[in-house]
Amino acid sequence: MNSAAIVVAVLLLATGYGLVDRKRAGKIKAKADSAHSIAPHEIGSELGESATVLQFSSAFCTPCRSTRSILSSVIAHYPKIKHVEVDAENNLALVRRLDIRQTPTTLFLNAAGKEIARAVGSPKRDQVISALERI
Amino acid sequence: MIDSRGPRWSAGLTSIVLAVALITRSPIVIIIQLVQFGIGAFAGPPRSPYAWLYKRFVQPRLSKDFDSEDVRPPQFAQFVGFIFALLATVGALTQIWPLFTIATACALFAAFLNSAFGYCLGCKLYLLGVRL
Repeated sequence: MNSAAIVVAVLLLATGYGLVDRKRAGKIKAKADSAHSIAPHEIGSELGESATVLQFSSAFCTPCRSTRSILSSVIAHYPKIKHVEVDAENNLALVRRLDIRQTPTTLFLNAAGKEIARAVGSPKRDQVISALERI
Repeated sequence: MIDSRGPRWSAGLTSIVLAVALITRSPIVIIIQLVQFGIGAFAGPPRSPYAWLYKRFVQPRLSKDFDSEDVRPPQFAQFVGFIFALLATVGALTQIWPLFTIATACALFAAFLNSAFGYCLGCKLYLLGVRL
């Protein structure tokens, strides 16, 4: 294969990957049978009265900032729901147990701390609202 | 905090330079990119040559109203780029062309994703790295 063809192939692959990733990123997926339950001491914070939105972030992550501002501005309208952000790097045991692979990853926990939904990547505002309405 | 358009502009320029390197197999071109990545990774993206070009020629023509971002995500991306460019440079200087081609192609893939989609490499790779 000549080198110009390699350049074209790499750019096409990257474009395809970028389009798929953009479509997938931030989708909130319900976890009906999740076995993950999180206790307050694991995240260094009390759980919310009706639900907790648990965001895993890292320093090397630009979208974590926009996720934080979307989540906190939406959750401000729900007094019984709490937004907790934890640094993934400082909580590696929890990261491994919950199988968090990238940041931002956001877990939606019910009042008992059980994971009921998860978003990998930056979730969209309207998706966050509909997820909170379902809790 | 830096102008978040700067790293994307640098990634675009990086994509062009890496494409030229792949096509010409020129050690000089890949070394230019290696130096860019090295300064960005170890002295910080704002001190790199592409950032200087951005501030000198591009930023004055753009809106003054911009999103700022933490310097650490682009610095991490520059470090990942540095590793690939280093492998590519070794490949070019020793004429082990498969090494040169694969390393340069990987760097081009990441740089193009960053410039065209604002893709955050640190978000996907960093945590996997520290989880090991």
